[in-house]
Amino acid sequence: MSNLQDGPRAKGRFGDFGGQYVPETLMSEIIRLDAEYERLRRDPTFGAELDRLLREYAGRPSLLYFAGKMTEDLGGAKVYLKREDMNHTGSHKINNVLGQALLAKRMGKTRIIAETGAGQHGVAAATAAALLGMECEVFMGKEDTERQALNVYRMELLGAKVRAVTTGTMTLKDAVNEAMREWASRAGDTHYLLGSVMGPHPFPTVVRDFQRVIGREARAQILEVEGRLPAAVIACVGGGSNAIGIFYDFIEDESVRLIGCEAAGEGVDTPRNAATVANGSLGVFHGMKSYFCQDEDGRIAPVYSISAGLDYPGIGPEHARLHEIGRAEYVPVTDEEAVDAFEYLSVSEGVIPAIESAHAVAYARKIVPRMKPDESVVICLSGRGDKDVAAIARYRGRGLSE
Amino acid sequence: MSNIAKAFDHGKAFIGFVTGGDPSIESTKEFVIAMWNAGCDLIEIGVPFSDPIAEGPVIQAANLRSLAAGVTTDSLLDLVAELREGGISVPLVFLTYLNPVYHYGYEAFFAKAAESGLDGIIIPDLPFEEQHEVKPIASKYGIDIISLVAPTSEGRVKMIAARATGFVYLVSSMGVTGVRREITTDLASITGRVKAVTDMPVAVGFGVHTPGQARAVAESADGVIVGSAIVKMIEEHGAGATPHIADYVRKMKEAVSST
Repeated sequence: MSNLQDGPRAKGRFGDFGGQYVPETLMSEIIRLDAEYERLRRDPTFGAELDRLLREYAGRPSLLYFAGKMTEDLGGAKVYLKREDMNHTGSHKINNVLGQALLAKRMGKTRIIAETGAGQHGVAAATAAALLGMECEVFMGKEDTERQALNVYRMELLGAKVRAVTTGTMTLKDAVNEAMREWASRAGDTHYLLGSVMGPHPFPTVVRDFQRVIGREARAQILEVEGRLPAAVIACVGGGSNAIGIFYDFIEDESVRLIGCEAAGEGVDTPRNAATVANGSLGVFHGMKSYFCQDEDGRIAPVYSISAGLDYPGIGPEHARLHEIGRAEYVPVTDEEAVDAFEYLSVSEGVIPAIESAHAVAYARKIVPRMKPDESVVICLSGRGDKDVAAIARYRGRGLSE
Repeated sequence: MSNIAKAFDHGKAFIGFVTGGDPSIESTKEFVIAMWNAGCDLIEIGVPFSDPIAEGPVIQAANLRSLAAGVTTDSLLDLVAELREGGISVPLVFLTYLNPVYHYGYEAFFAKAAESGLDGIIIPDLPFEEQHEVKPIASKYGIDIISLVAPTSEGRVKMIAARATGFVYLVSSMGVTGVRREITTDLASITGRVKAVTDMPVAVGFGVHTPGQARAVAESADGVIVGSAIVKMIEEHGAGATPHIADYVRKMKEAVSST
């Protein structure tokens, strides 16, 4: 059977990770998407249009903020926050949706579909669809529609239709399944606007390219204020889009530690967590070869985190590769540590972080005190925490009526 | 000649699908034997998966029932071995997503599959471009990997068909599995393109459920595949579905044979 080797090989590999493991019904469409993206990414008019939207609509560049009180309190390295929470729609998700929605529009699509966990990507996708005059349908696990009812209404307000997914565990992975099923039945006018650096090629590359603006800006900003590179860059990781976005332009800078913070839920040693690198194993799922939380028979395991945005049983293939070659470190952060950090940043800097981003803040609190005062760290503050206030109050035993 | 080729030896083939272990392994064994006796030419056994992305609601629900019953990959391989020991010679193929096979280990899985008497495997999330990591190992153990062709495969049809093994699974419609009122794809034209490059038989699945549809599809195809309609009977009648399935298979085999 070695004659297969002269046939076309799937593209989009990061080492052995990645690939295009999707049903034949979707192959022509993802090949078309790959080709169109390759063409448009070299088209200066596309780049100019995206840059204009990022600047005038999303509010880029986002600020690099020196967290003075946190720095003083921790007594080690200087702490900087990359303020993606200040973007329009309140998170880094806007970077990717503007890019992909423009791409879809240039491909002649009139409708976008998206999956969402916490609702941040769904809100961003609905926003981009409203802006560009496209139809939008967002798939969201039924359990998440209940946890994040406000975001459901927000998406509807933006003109999107929210479809509550009642299959499987009724969370993010099931929303991805359902969006893929929908795309397989209606690709003609529809683009699947995937929200993270996951899925089949070209998504991990496309989403990374649209998110790398975070690291490109952060690198220039820190060099300008500090005159040297940071000692570490820290970000939370679910699928891993904000993390790859801020890591990417630092990968060649070998002195910079790249640290991804996974959701350890109630602890990596308990059954209730979503720490894929810590607890997962090699697998093939959602179109890609990577690490996944799975059982002994290769079924995808239910995962848990207080953060709906990190509640995903896999990790993007480029992260899997960075882990394998030891270029990035992936560390578990528990619910309790994240909630502490959520409160800590609110009180110390007057910045309420998304509970996802609070995982990165939590890890910074552990390592910064052991670092030197002439060093610096950059934390990707991927989103704002307004959406999480009610859930954190509940976690702390306070019921709120809105 | 692979055992699968024999499925197409008695005129147009009727291919039935059941989810393994729904509602129990014992029932699956009974269903498979009844389907064979009723004239089924090839039987697909679905290995339940947590996230069957190519399946519609009926087979998704069957996957959940089977998982809840504690069915494992090994227990289904054992079932195949048991059927073979009982003299059931009907060609048998698994339908599974890639991860359970990858996780099992390709070498270990295909070695055990061959030992059990499995003939082939359909892996919906293993498109042509990714087959290279699986096919040489499957082939070493004599297990056919069944390739799928979709209405949107267009320029890919020739490439896929040229290297097909077992048979070519032509997906009738876009989307997921499940009964459809009508099939609008020009199946004859795609079948023609497959036939231009290979002698492999072509069987059509996704959406077919009535004898009339089966007859129409069999005009151009070598076989007709039915899953959801059979699984629906199991959903309704549970372990008591055997006579309903047998009756249905007889009617469908008769329909495809009349073309």
